[in-house]
Amino acid sequence: MSTGIEHNHAEAGSRLYVLVWIYLLAITAVEVVLAYMHLFSTHVMLAILMILSVVKAALIVAYFMHLKFERASLILSIVPAGVVVISLLAVFFPDGFRVLELQAR
Amino acid sequence: MADVNLEQLRVTPWDGGVSPYDIGHKKLGMWLFLLSDSLTFSALLIGYSYVRTANANWPMPFHIWPSITLATLMTLILLSSSLTMVLAVAASKNGDRQKAVRYIGLTMLGGVGFIVLHGNEWMELIHEGVRLWTNPWGVPLFGATFFTLTGLHMAHVASGVIYLGVIAAGVAKGRFDHEDVESSGLYWHFVDLVWMFIFPLVYLLSVSSK
Repeated sequence: MSTGIEHNHAEAGSRLYVLVWIYLLAITAVEVVLAYMHLFSTHVMLAILMILSVVKAALIVAYFMHLKFERASLILSIVPAGVVVISLLAVFFPDGFRVLELQAR
Repeated sequence: MADVNLEQLRVTPWDGGVSPYDIGHKKLGMWLFLLSDSLTFSALLIGYSYVRTANANWPMPFHIWPSITLATLMTLILLSSSLTMVLAVAASKNGDRQKAVRYIGLTMLGGVGFIVLHGNEWMELIHEGVRLWTNPWGVPLFGATFFTLTGLHMAHVASGVIYLGVIAAGVAKGRFDHEDVESSGLYWHFVDLVWMFIFPLVYLLSVSSK
């Protein structure tokens, strides 16, 4: 009885993982097609790629790394710390555009 | 079940009996390592993106064939190896050691495939004249950023394959438990996650328009 339920649970888990895998592949395909078409300038492309990549990273962390199913205390210890520190690193980023504007053409 | 809960109620945090995260020390240690490692990679990626956007004549050496196609294939391989890793963790949770070892083996195969393809890519670029401080196309920094970023990532993949091999051998012998498999899984997914940023930033942002 109990093994049957556990088996069903494992089956559902595997299906969820395969579904997440398909989502990740689909987002990758969108990224490659956008790069192939050369539709946007570098900066717009950078923004689009970063948004899509953050979605992919979130899917991997939540489902593959199982963080979605951990205790809230672990999620609150890991996620905000990482997000805040990485955002602080990105504070320097707009300076890159200043360099681009100032340099000799 | 009921008396276990009663036991937990009786023990206060001061007795060391309450686990605030409800995970083992190995898994918590791996999470903390990955948090610090993610900062290493973000520093490199943000530094790279900074010089990439700040230079109008950044080299765009990646053609759709072979570079982008092979890099997409490498992404597919890494994502699939993540899937087999997650299935290995699920199998080990169900106590199916043999299945877990088989899936870890498939994951290692994916890692080796990734290293072979990427090593080929490196050789190609070195053959075309890319060095750490010079290249034939434009901003000299391209080589340094490319080789540092992808090199550090490849080192992670290579040590991940070794790590998984040790874990698989231990699981086959019954020396390692589920938590060891889960921790190695966390590491492998993280390596996959980092590639999800390197692939678009390094490759897709520098697709040759010719």
